[in-house]
Amino acid sequence: MQEHDSGEVLVDGQPIRFKGVEDALEKGIALIHQELNLADNLDVASNIFLGREPLKLGLINTSAMREASREYLRKVGLNVNPAQTVSELTIGHQQMVEIAKALSINARVLIMDEPTSSLSQHETEQLFVVIKDLAAKGVAIVYISHRLGEVRELANRVTVLRDGENAGDIDRDEINHDRMVKMMVGRDVSQYYALEPRDTGGVALKVENLVTPQHPKHALNFEIKAGEIVGVAGLVGAGRTEMLQTVFGITPALSGSIFIGDEQASIQSPRQAIHHGLALVPEDRKQQGLILEMAVRENMSLASLERDQKKGFLNRSKEKEISRQMVADMKVKTPSEMQEVQYLSGGNQQKVVLGKWLAMHPKVLFLDEPTRGIDVGAKQDIYKLMEKLAEQGVAILFVSSEMEEIIGMSDRALVMHEGRLTGELNREELNEESVMQLATGATLPSH
Amino acid sequence: MKKIYGILSIFIVVCVLTAMMSPSFATPFNIERLILRTSLYGIISIGVAFVIITSGIDLSIGSVICLIGCGLPWLLIKMSLPLPVGLLIVILASVVIGLLHGLLVTKLRLQPFVVTLCGLLMYRGITRGFTGDQTQGFGKLFEGLRWIGTGRIAVPGVPLETFGLPVPFFLLLFVTIVASIFLNRTIYGRYLLALGRNEQAARYSGINTDLMIILAYVICAGLAGVGGVLFILDTNSAQPADFGNFYELYAIAAAVLGGCSLRGGQGTIIGVVIGAALMQVLRNMITLVDWIPTHIEYAVIGAVILVGVMADEVVKRVAAARRAKVSKS
Repeated sequence: MQEHDSGEVLVDGQPIRFKGVEDALEKGIALIHQELNLADNLDVASNIFLGREPLKLGLINTSAMREASREYLRKVGLNVNPAQTVSELTIGHQQMVEIAKALSINARVLIMDEPTSSLSQHETEQLFVVIKDLAAKGVAIVYISHRLGEVRELANRVTVLRDGENAGDIDRDEINHDRMVKMMVGRDVSQYYALEPRDTGGVALKVENLVTPQHPKHALNFEIKAGEIVGVAGLVGAGRTEMLQTVFGITPALSGSIFIGDEQASIQSPRQAIHHGLALVPEDRKQQGLILEMAVRENMSLASLERDQKKGFLNRSKEKEISRQMVADMKVKTPSEMQEVQYLSGGNQQKVVLGKWLAMHPKVLFLDEPTRGIDVGAKQDIYKLMEKLAEQGVAILFVSSEMEEIIGMSDRALVMHEGRLTGELNREELNEESVMQLATGATLPSH
Repeated sequence: MKKIYGILSIFIVVCVLTAMMSPSFATPFNIERLILRTSLYGIISIGVAFVIITSGIDLSIGSVICLIGCGLPWLLIKMSLPLPVGLLIVILASVVIGLLHGLLVTKLRLQPFVVTLCGLLMYRGITRGFTGDQTQGFGKLFEGLRWIGTGRIAVPGVPLETFGLPVPFFLLLFVTIVASIFLNRTIYGRYLLALGRNEQAARYSGINTDLMIILAYVICAGLAGVGGVLFILDTNSAQPADFGNFYELYAIAAAVLGGCSLRGGQGTIIGVVIGAALMQVLRNMITLVDWIPTHIEYAVIGAVILVGVMADEVVKRVAAARRAKVSKS
């Protein structure tokens, strides 16, 4: 899907350069995505042979296609009718169809990216039977997972990647949880963070038995004090973003209570959340944070227009003032306040999003991956800003997938695993191993 | 203002060309008719511009014009309702239609195209139903009311027999000014422009996006209703089977020519009014210029819109490239 920049890919000992997915498929290498890539409006057989349909007089030879499909379905142990529509199958069965499809192109190397992320326990077990069977028949399988238990059960050999680098290999008989965690963590804590102990005030936000629509089985409980910086750690898909979005009213909670200060708040929309003094800098700044085609000034003022209005009319002088002040405070590099934000760099765009919320003087600030995709200088500016805000008494809850950031910036960290809060670490307990243990669903030995 | 230079220059060029090709173009009578028609189409075009700015579309305008345009004389003549009651009913009907469209688009998340396509079919069908497909009009009655559609106001120094400004022109002026102020000077106008570009980011910024979108559909249907009243006052005769046919396309074309992007978030009211005027001059040109056969009207209009939109896109790309360069340096 992406060509490599340097290095070599060897297939059967021969160096090779894949120009596209078709090249890789031709060499017998198939990838099964975390998100399934099936045309779920079509039937099973049509999916298996998508793009390679057997023809008869120029038309699709449906009966031959279904006959051949039966053969591949048997190989993966899936007992469904090839004429059945894919959307009617369970996710687990759809996954099997993907594997059958891979087998139908004679895949010798099967890459599976988090294949069990949406499977039930039973489906997972079935999948493992098939994987082991395929491996026994000589198919090489690359199994990508953050579920270390699964890795231990399946793998003959483990390669750990950290920050895009190879952190080491482990052989079959040496695979254990702690070793993998150690390798995932690595150690090079950077020098940006000069976190000094901070005075915190009263509880600014308290969440009780909050149930998000995405993880209805788990209730969330936590609180943040004024002037406290709390990190939320966890692996991709742990439900961290969903937690922030639920408190902020984007996907309203199924049940539970939210308290801002002493007051209980009913939050069904971002608008209500903002009225209660919450602010959210979202994960995807281009889709959720900014109106890219609008000017820096118009983006900066978007949340405060309502507050500053003059009987429905824009308060242009106030708008100008806010924008000028924020551009200066945040050191936004832009040729003018009227520049469309799409032409700014990632770091400066993020500062615009932050500026929009700071103009609202929030009591509680949520930051979702605040430094993703921005350069080191801008990162440091954002860290400094977080500390300054905390000193001013703003409660900050930030989600980050960067371990360094969690450890460097948090007064306290919450760790999530598959939709639930698995633990809370204070400054003394906070280290990469303790975070990773909780993030992979293990309990802390000391707790 | 920069945004309307393009459409303004095309408008002037088309006017000059038409005047050169036909001596009847620059006559007081013709200009007056043009102003009248621009006023009527301009009002409905401003309405649809609001919906287009939210990145939606309203295909039902022509049928709303039919419903209101046939409905008003039907209520007043056939049902013998008093004038205020009749007017109240048609105003309410158009607002309810807009509300319905807005609710279906925001709360049920139906596609605007589908919702208003169904509206297009339904409102015409309903009109043909309750009128029994009979031609509607005021006959010689309601002279006072009809003045709103057909009245002329003298310009100082020009005898009224030669030229007078049509009353609907002042309505257009009023709607243009109010709509411009609303779009550019109020927070709600800013919200519409923002959510048209990126609804999600607008919602995340605390904007009640659903309410704003509903409002846009209400404005659109409301102005279509006003248009319906004005059209029937002007023609005094409406056949439910074809009254208002295709008007939504004229309105959408005017909005697009005037700088609205169907992707949403862009557009100026004055641009849309010039767009509406350009459409009318084009139709006028086809009628007046001898060597253009009248029946190719749609082909000419289609081609001019296409060229206009293409030119606009090219200009925008050049401008964007230049700005990106400035930003990097």
